[in-house]
Amino acid sequence: EFQISGLPDYVKIVEVGPRDGLQNEKVTVPTDIKIELINRLSKAGLSVIEATSFVSSKWVPQMADHTEVMRRIERHPGVQYPVLTPNLQGFHSAIAAGATEVSVFGAASESFNKMNINCSIEESIEKFEEVTKSARNMNIPVRGYVSCALGCPYEGNIIPAKVVEVSKQLYSMGCYEISLGDTIGVGTPGSMKRMLEAVMKEIPVSALAVHCHDTYGQALANILTAIQMGVGVVDSAVAGLGGCPYAKGATGNVATEDVLYMLNGLGINTGVNLYKVMEAGNFICTALNKKTNSKVAQASFNV
Amino acid sequence: MVAAKRALPWLAASLRPISSTAAGSLPKQVKIVEVGPRDGLQNEKNIVPTQVKISLINMLSETGLPVIEATSFVSPKWVPQMADHTEVLQGIQKFPGVSYPVLTPNLKGFQAAVAAGAKEVSIFGAASELFTKKNINCSIEESLQRFSEVMHAAGAASIPVRGYVSCVLGCPYEGKIAPAKVAEVSKKMYSMGCYEISLGDTIGVGTPGSMKEMLSAVMKEVPVGALAVHCHDTYGQALANTLVALQMGVSVVDSSVAGLGGCPYAQGASGNVATEDLVYMLHGLGIHTGVDLQKLMEAGVFICKALNRRTSSKVVQASSRL
Repeated sequence: EFQISGLPDYVKIVEVGPRDGLQNEKVTVPTDIKIELINRLSKAGLSVIEATSFVSSKWVPQMADHTEVMRRIERHPGVQYPVLTPNLQGFHSAIAAGATEVSVFGAASESFNKMNINCSIEESIEKFEEVTKSARNMNIPVRGYVSCALGCPYEGNIIPAKVVEVSKQLYSMGCYEISLGDTIGVGTPGSMKRMLEAVMKEIPVSALAVHCHDTYGQALANILTAIQMGVGVVDSAVAGLGGCPYAKGATGNVATEDVLYMLNGLGINTGVNLYKVMEAGNFICTALNKKTNSKVAQASFNV
Repeated sequence: MVAAKRALPWLAASLRPISSTAAGSLPKQVKIVEVGPRDGLQNEKNIVPTQVKISLINMLSETGLPVIEATSFVSPKWVPQMADHTEVLQGIQKFPGVSYPVLTPNLKGFQAAVAAGAKEVSIFGAASELFTKKNINCSIEESLQRFSEVMHAAGAASIPVRGYVSCVLGCPYEGKIAPAKVAEVSKKMYSMGCYEISLGDTIGVGTPGSMKEMLSAVMKEVPVGALAVHCHDTYGQALANTLVALQMGVSVVDSSVAGLGGCPYAQGASGNVATEDLVYMLHGLGIHTGVDLQKLMEAGVFICKALNRRTSSKVVQASSRL
């Protein structure tokens, strides 16, 4: 059942602002700004910063400068800079550009896969296997994402068994960590618990992460539930960058500042300096000419 | 000093939800106390016409909410938004099974409230001396003495009284607040006869950690069935804090439709947690509230239009086609 005590001593934050965040922002951000953002985040104590995506610029214009970003960011010791590699071609480009960790994106919904990458879950897994095989040969760690873990914009309800199935496939092909994403933010502590209970029967909790969207305001409650169940890795985006492509005007990623505020209040170590993250958030919001989605930042900076 | 006496235990019991909690499990039912029309509107910049307030409360009554804080019998000199308190209380439809408590900061307000037809009142204490001094220019002790006048009169008139404790997780002036202080003030108000104590994170600085610590202290002095939490979402922590409270056995939660009511201590920041977002979470947990989320969302859309402001509810933001 739920526990109040027994929380992890340490939670690793995976900062996805520069990739997931910026990818879902309408305004295209100049390369210099992206690099400056990542450098500032590196100085904030974050240990993982998702830097960019080696996807065709035809599909994701925001990430067209992936090679330049990867080559020019400061590489701080002890910080990982994973990049998305949707296929073998992207993987090779990423390695050539200096990437030392990559990510692949699966989904627990057939419809979502079809609409997004025009193939079935089965077919997408085959593509990822090509990536993980090559990655293994080169000693490159691969992180696996499972989208729609708590609901799908097309299918609606997603059964935990499907999430388990896809997670298991990614884990057995060599992904060291599986990030379970509530892609449209519809999850609640109830559905989070049910889904995690199912997944944790098959995958060790130390290999699990949660990637919660705050579209319905549930992200922190869902994250709390996950860490109460032993999950020790949480994805978030500085300033809550990245809207929701499925609900116009709605928010997407949970804000790193707000997650940190909660973890700090729980006495959980993260190694991250909240104030420096807020400053990085302030920087990118100014550059994007938008208001931050972080409530902590809103409360802290006098408008 | 008022003799320790529980006012109207039979009435108090009927106002408490049927909560069946074992250690570690969630309540099956949560009573939502809707504070939008009072706490919400009071902290909105734009003055809302009386008829709009009445329409809002009537719409909220249709949603199934069991408690709707209707207005405040405070001097219009201090709170112009609540100047029409008598008109509002007399103008709303009183749905059977729904309570419409009103704030009564002193005996005069109480008497005006009863004359206007109030059947339940609320009083506001605080766990911070500085906050009490700045807000009502007296000490906590003195404020409780003022309230005892209201308690006496309420007892004589068979009117239940709800007690609020502000600054339970932090104070804009004092900073950190000791859980023991919160427990002390809560205990005093409970023994004075308040049937329920609503613990308010007035500036939203609390986290699940401080919420747990505070509740552990208070629950030693006041039975959990008599406790409510009133979380502000100023730092985005409200739902996580509420979840922890539920896990500890609390089954009464205050919230405000559309998240009405900003924070007077952090310019531009949000205040009350949105009822829509709270209901979304509770229903997702399989907890019964009796509230129709769709109708609630409509009430929120209505009042936001009237206030010419965007909703603070994420559920509504995600649901509306812009």
